Amino acid sequence: MVKKMENIEKSKQKTGYTVIDGHKIRNYFKELDPEIKIAMLKKMYEIRHFEDQTEQFIIRGQIHGTCHLYVGEEATAVGAIYAVEKKDYITSTHRGHGHCIAKGANIDIMMAELLGKKTGYCKGKGGSMHIADVTTGNLGANGIVGGSIDIATGAGLTCKIKEKGKIVVCFFGDGAANRGNFHGALNMASIWDLPVIYICENNIYGMSMPVKEAFNISKISDRKFSYGIEGLTIDGNNLVEVYNTVHHFADYCRAGKGPVLIECLTYRWKGHSKSDAQVYRSREEVKSWMEKDPIPGYREFLIDDGILTEEEDRKLEGEVVGELNQAIKFAEESPFPDPGTVEEDVYA
Amino acid sequence: MLKREITYLEAIREAMQQVMKKDNDVYLIGEDVAEYGGAFGVSAGMLEEFGKERVRNTPISEDAIIGVATGSAVTGMRPIAEIMFSDFITIAMDEIANQAAKIRYMFGGKAKVPMVIRAAGGGGTGAAAQHSQSLEALVAHIPGLKVVMPSCPYDAKGLLIAAINDDNPVIFIEHKLLYKNKKYIQHVPEEIYEIPLGLADIKRKGKDITIVATSLMVQKSFEVADVLKNESHIECEVVDLRTLRPLDLDTVLSSLEKTGRLVCVEEACSFGGYMGEVAAQVAEKGFDLLDAPILRVAGKNCPVPYSLVLEQEMIPNTERIKKGVLQVLNMA
Repeated sequence: MVKKMENIEKSKQKTGYTVIDGHKIRNYFKELDPEIKIAMLKKMYEIRHFEDQTEQFIIRGQIHGTCHLYVGEEATAVGAIYAVEKKDYITSTHRGHGHCIAKGANIDIMMAELLGKKTGYCKGKGGSMHIADVTTGNLGANGIVGGSIDIATGAGLTCKIKEKGKIVVCFFGDGAANRGNFHGALNMASIWDLPVIYICENNIYGMSMPVKEAFNISKISDRKFSYGIEGLTIDGNNLVEVYNTVHHFADYCRAGKGPVLIECLTYRWKGHSKSDAQVYRSREEVKSWMEKDPIPGYREFLIDDGILTEEEDRKLEGEVVGELNQAIKFAEESPFPDPGTVEEDVYA
Repeated sequence: MLKREITYLEAIREAMQQVMKKDNDVYLIGEDVAEYGGAFGVSAGMLEEFGKERVRNTPISEDAIIGVATGSAVTGMRPIAEIMFSDFITIAMDEIANQAAKIRYMFGGKAKVPMVIRAAGGGGTGAAAQHSQSLEALVAHIPGLKVVMPSCPYDAKGLLIAAINDDNPVIFIEHKLLYKNKKYIQHVPEEIYEIPLGLADIKRKGKDITIVATSLMVQKSFEVADVLKNESHIECEVVDLRTLRPLDLDTVLSSLEKTGRLVCVEEACSFGGYMGEVAAQVAEKGFDLLDAPILRVAGKNCPVPYSLVLEQEMIPNTERIKKGVLQVLNMA
């Protein structure tokens, strides 16, 4: 039995505002067209099925190296990216497939990249940890934990200097929040009022290191005090709450009020990477978080609200499966890169 | 008409000013680059000329300086990031080696990172181990980076303009002892000009032996060449690589066709140093041109020491270069 989240109930209230971690935030979600609400559900399905398929490819050895799956965290990427505009930039993480899909990447080309094919986003030179699509504003996943934090800050500087009105959404994990560049970048963004929404996806573990052992504070968002910026901690598995919060602070950033630090509490269902035996956590713990699956909670909410029927939902998920099958076919049938291209693309 | 002569430092400043006047996407970012004018005064007066937005003072956060420059470069700016001492590039090594250098390749050629990292390198200032290093080999090793080390004002201006206009991350290492020394002033044209990256320069012609060097070691090699000419009528050809990566091996090989003898001079510690790469490539591609084994004259294999007596022992001086040249000529 899937638990419905309290905050989803709250967001159904008639009032136009909700209070999230002490911040009065407008219920922007309520004002959305039903098609967009359904599109967000579809995106979460896309990520879930894409990752399930990716896991299969890993098991079969068709994806080599390493790979980090986003299963269980879908509401954070989808809620946040839908709350900003298409023209805005994002930087992704070590666990980057979800952000890439939410930002609108073509899953055929993505899957081809994971299989190391010539037709992939990076012509087979990047793989899972380096997928980027600069033309759509996705400045890339990163193989270095926290590697994107200062790159996002630099994109924020570009927005401030010459692309006024654009903002940056910078995703990173709890592990990255203890990197030195987290401090350097957030401090710089705060002194220059850069339009960057820093989203810390606190999924409870940095590889095996539990957050409660890696931090001496109970809320990562409390680091906002060091930089004199706004910050709060929200339920990252509640798409509505993520959407409303990020929308609220996107307006704030666009108005030139500076950066913000949003901590999204979530959980990764799968191991850190393919080689993780998960000895550091219990089955019970994983199970308890699986009961807080962001997808059914949101789906039930749409059905209860009369936006979607059970039948339409099944059709929607069916479409996603069909599209994924097409992506698998495309990726598997695509050629590998010509070995002769190995030294191409080093320099512009 | 009297030709204008300026210092190395003034040439670097003029390059930045002239490009920034033409291109609004170019900005300077670094520690104390605004009111203070940079630790060595390279950007003095630029704040007044371009304002705080484009001459951007930062906190002491080398990693964030390079990371922010990288992020802004990927999104369309052309930053010049100043790292006060080249030793401090190690603090930003993730941003340099894992991010800026690799973004283009990792993304399959679909992004570019047009940025320059300017840093003051080299010793001879008595500043000891963490303010005197020559770390060019660390960065020249990494595909995706270009590395430039000018030896004189004329080259400094033309190479820096080319570096800023280049669409790749360029590490531009300036030598502290070249900045203000009047001995090295030179005529530098007032107009804007570029010296292409990856083009070495035969700075002094000679038929007996080739000395390959960069930065301050080019100037020291001139002194040695003068002495040897006067003392023994030896004619040294001095090849200034100017750009370490890409390396212009052709110019080195064509010099060797004439001289058949090679001494490589570098200030950095010899072990794993850049000139080892030059020597290896010459051995691979020009072995038949050589009449004698290649010799490297380089820094001793220790950190740069504090005491001036020790520092002078560590860094190659004209005596050691001269001795090396005579050894390769079988005249030692």
